[in-house]
Amino acid sequence: MNYIYPEYEVVRNYARCIVCRACENQCANCVHRYIESENRMESKDDDCVNCHRCVTICPTRALKIIKSDHTFRYNSNWTGKTINEIFKQAESGGVLLSSMGNPENYPVYFDKILINASQVTNPSIDPLREPMETRVFLGSKVHKIKRDSNGKIDTSTAPQLDLSVPIMFSAMSYGSISYNAHESLAKAAEKLGIYYNTGEGGLHEDFYKYSKNTIVQVASGRFGVHKSYLDTAAAIEIKMGQGAKPGIGGHLPGAKIVGAVSRTRMIPEGSDAISPAPHHDIYSIEDLRQLVFSLKEATDYKKPVIVKIAAVHNVTAIASGVARSGADIIAIDGFRGGTGAAPTKIRDNVGIPIELALASVDKRLRDEGIRDRVSLIVGGSIRSSTDIIKAIALGADCVYIGSAALIAMGCHLCRSCQSGKCNWGIATQIPNLVKRLNPSIAYQRLVNLVTAWNHEMREMLGGMGINSIESLKGNRLMLRGVGLTDKELEILGIFHAGE
Amino acid sequence: MKRVYVNEQWCLGCRLCEYYCAFANSNESDIVKALKDKKIHSNIRVETKGNINFAVSCRHCEEPLCVKGCITGALQKKDGLIVVDKDRCIHCYTCIVCCPYGAVSPSADGVIQKCELCAKISGNQPACVKGCINQAIVYEER
Amino acid sequence: MLIKEGSIRIPSGCAVSAIIDRSKKRFSGEAIIRSISVMHERSNGLGGGFAAYGIYPEYKDYYAFHIFYENAEVKKNCELFLDDNFDIINLSKIPTQKVSEIVDEPLIWRYFVIPHPTKLKASQLDEREFVVKAVFKINTTIKGAYVFSSGKNMGVFKAVGFPEDVGRFYKLDEYEGHCFTAHGRYPTNTPGWWGGAHPFALLDYSVIHNGEISSYDANRRSIEMYGYKCTLLTDTEVITYIIDYLHRKMELDFNEIAAVIAAPFWQTIARMPEDERKEHEYLRNVFSSLLITGPFSIIVGFQDGVVALNDRLKLRSMVVAEKDDLVYVASEESAIRIIEPTLDKIWYPKGGEAVIIKTKEESKSK
Repeated sequence: MNYIYPEYEVVRNYARCIVCRACENQCANCVHRYIESENRMESKDDDCVNCHRCVTICPTRALKIIKSDHTFRYNSNWTGKTINEIFKQAESGGVLLSSMGNPENYPVYFDKILINASQVTNPSIDPLREPMETRVFLGSKVHKIKRDSNGKIDTSTAPQLDLSVPIMFSAMSYGSISYNAHESLAKAAEKLGIYYNTGEGGLHEDFYKYSKNTIVQVASGRFGVHKSYLDTAAAIEIKMGQGAKPGIGGHLPGAKIVGAVSRTRMIPEGSDAISPAPHHDIYSIEDLRQLVFSLKEATDYKKPVIVKIAAVHNVTAIASGVARSGADIIAIDGFRGGTGAAPTKIRDNVGIPIELALASVDKRLRDEGIRDRVSLIVGGSIRSSTDIIKAIALGADCVYIGSAALIAMGCHLCRSCQSGKCNWGIATQIPNLVKRLNPSIAYQRLVNLVTAWNHEMREMLGGMGINSIESLKGNRLMLRGVGLTDKELEILGIFHAGE
Repeated sequence: MKRVYVNEQWCLGCRLCEYYCAFANSNESDIVKALKDKKIHSNIRVETKGNINFAVSCRHCEEPLCVKGCITGALQKKDGLIVVDKDRCIHCYTCIVCCPYGAVSPSADGVIQKCELCAKISGNQPACVKGCINQAIVYEER
Repeated sequence: MLIKEGSIRIPSGCAVSAIIDRSKKRFSGEAIIRSISVMHERSNGLGGGFAAYGIYPEYKDYYAFHIFYENAEVKKNCELFLDDNFDIINLSKIPTQKVSEIVDEPLIWRYFVIPHPTKLKASQLDEREFVVKAVFKINTTIKGAYVFSSGKNMGVFKAVGFPEDVGRFYKLDEYEGHCFTAHGRYPTNTPGWWGGAHPFALLDYSVIHNGEISSYDANRRSIEMYGYKCTLLTDTEVITYIIDYLHRKMELDFNEIAAVIAAPFWQTIARMPEDERKEHEYLRNVFSSLLITGPFSIIVGFQDGVVALNDRLKLRSMVVAEKDDLVYVASEESAIRIIEPTLDKIWYPKGGEAVIIKTKEESKSK
């Protein structure tokens, strides 16, 4: 007996359905079925994950998905969601799993912050007529001028990443996403003059050619880490935590460890890839310092080292410690960050919003006079060009986009990555699903998205009378809060609108 | 000459190309009206075996066997494009037998039909190319 | 109640003017008053001021502190602090005369000081840093006291009013110096506080500025990391600190400073010869937070000259002219022609191009 009533219903407009059976062909969950005797299609709502694959490809727009109005007796304490979760666990005895970012109704501070523009006293700048600069360097910037005997400045710096626009694709491993998804990200990063991140899945040999735009990750499982992996990268990221699941490790089921994934991760086919919750050689900040310098030593001090941490309650102190541990760049991942799979309860209840984490980390590093030692990348979740403008004005150097990049490639946020049956060819390793993501389409869509955001950012910068992105960094007077408490404003370091 | 090419690597076997082709050649402006409850006669066919899918349509061969075999001159080559003159077709189907790709077929009224690259239809891309959801079908110079 | 400058950020437009004699010949402050008064329309009576270099030759080895006090009580506290940290060689009220347009004047005092040798030694700071720390200490902790000038052989004179009235108020025509800069302010709000007027000065650096910088808070929050405290929330204050930081602490020359604060665009840098390109890339990258965007024309006075600089898009007017040893800089040509109708040369510097005018002694020694 199945206690759970389907959450979504597939509505088919039979007046429009031409029985082309494309929906049937494209649903990996086998929701659609052809009834030959009646020459008509039928749908089984139980298996629908609401990914919109069928809806999108239907040539006659005969399909839509609606939320079921089937309901429990009204109860604002025991909601239908809660009851269904208990049903599921009573049935399975297992941990509830989810994917992508925290969907719950917590405040989104970006949506309560407004951006300034110039009027009268200071001209706005037209990005169509004047240069508008979005180039950013990430890395440690030491204010110390050394000159040679002729007085010429020594222009050597700590290793830097050079970006045309302060956006990078965040870590998503080959394994959690498909070969074609990785290829799309890598190609787009190359075209855009930015970087993508391998995540903890190693780097497929085919993608070494994108090394100039590749950040490689070293995480607690150390999957796929070897000398040439480190050598080929533009930067190395040590993953200490992930916004979607702070404090726990990762688990890629053995079913996905096949062929190239197994080879790239350097683990046997079919074995589960379990990344431990902590790095077992990092139980304290001084251990982190050793890993940072081990990686620098291994790569001849030529590559910046990024330390990625999840935004948790004492993120400021952690970030300050990380900044003093030799890291060149700190990446902070907010509690809305995405994931290929995480325990639902952890995803939805652990960590803090990125806006608050960013504001307090930036302030803390400035108070301690060490903000220049590191660059700050924030992610989890950056959804639009305005989120980026706001994040930079709060103090970020750059943002990571993960979910937004996936959505650009076709992800419809059905949040079923953990099933491995992604109908869009993104979060799957099943060959006939993977081929649905044609990198030449997906790469162009990524390029388009970043290009569009860049246009919007340039318009907003120009509106503020700023013609170079570095003049926005930490420029909190360009922001005002609406509907925020004094405490929230204090943490964000911004005034309320009208002030 | 630009031709329709199909890249097997990206063909998903969804058969949407067949429907877009049939719609494009239907003289109807509404796809539902054109195809609802009708047996479709498309000039492109998806062939499927196991995990391999491949859409096939007229190659517009340099030395077309169908043209050679046509006894009435209904099939002719014009600027590289192989076109059908429906008034001359006598339904002998020699061309169907001759074509090594199976790209010629009888239409609903018995006259033969084949892909003419949507030459008679406005738009700069054949309908199958435009409608392909994975850019497996492309229209290009090779 | 109106909020005093320092609690709120007030944008303003302005007029600027400067005259420098490269041979270091001293002349009266009367000329600069005439120059700035021509641009009356560019100010609105809510702030005017002057910086004068070479005016205290008899005390040239001492820091001249010009201080506003709200009342006698504050003055007593501040003097206790000064006494504690400095040898005070001379102190006096700054001479002023009644001008009907200038009202609500604070107590305005002048001190010639030198850091107390034992205090200086104990602080482990160099002398100038010691002075800077003391100035910040007074301005941030002694409420009602404000040091608005702290250089050697130079002084700032400023008030709420039109600049020409401020000049008469301070009897500037009775001072002789080799370089004067002047400022008329057009704030968009009513600050009513004398400290908010320009020039803004720290040690020998004085800055007058016309513009409203859009990078303000990015610049402020960065410079505050290096020990500066922005108490006024004005653009000029933050620009002054940036210049002090880059010139005194980082020992960049003024061309290099221009490459930081009014950096060429990346597309321009890309076209430079390799050495130059590398240097510009380096300066823009390392000091990225000190890039100033938005409109400005600034005139920086320092011990041996002045630097005039426009923002990278030249969104504010500024003209430079020469006549023999004299060099003039002003927002408008009229402000130069009124004092010197026949000029040897006059030009409009490009955006981001630093015009560096040094006195001859200085030029020779370099």
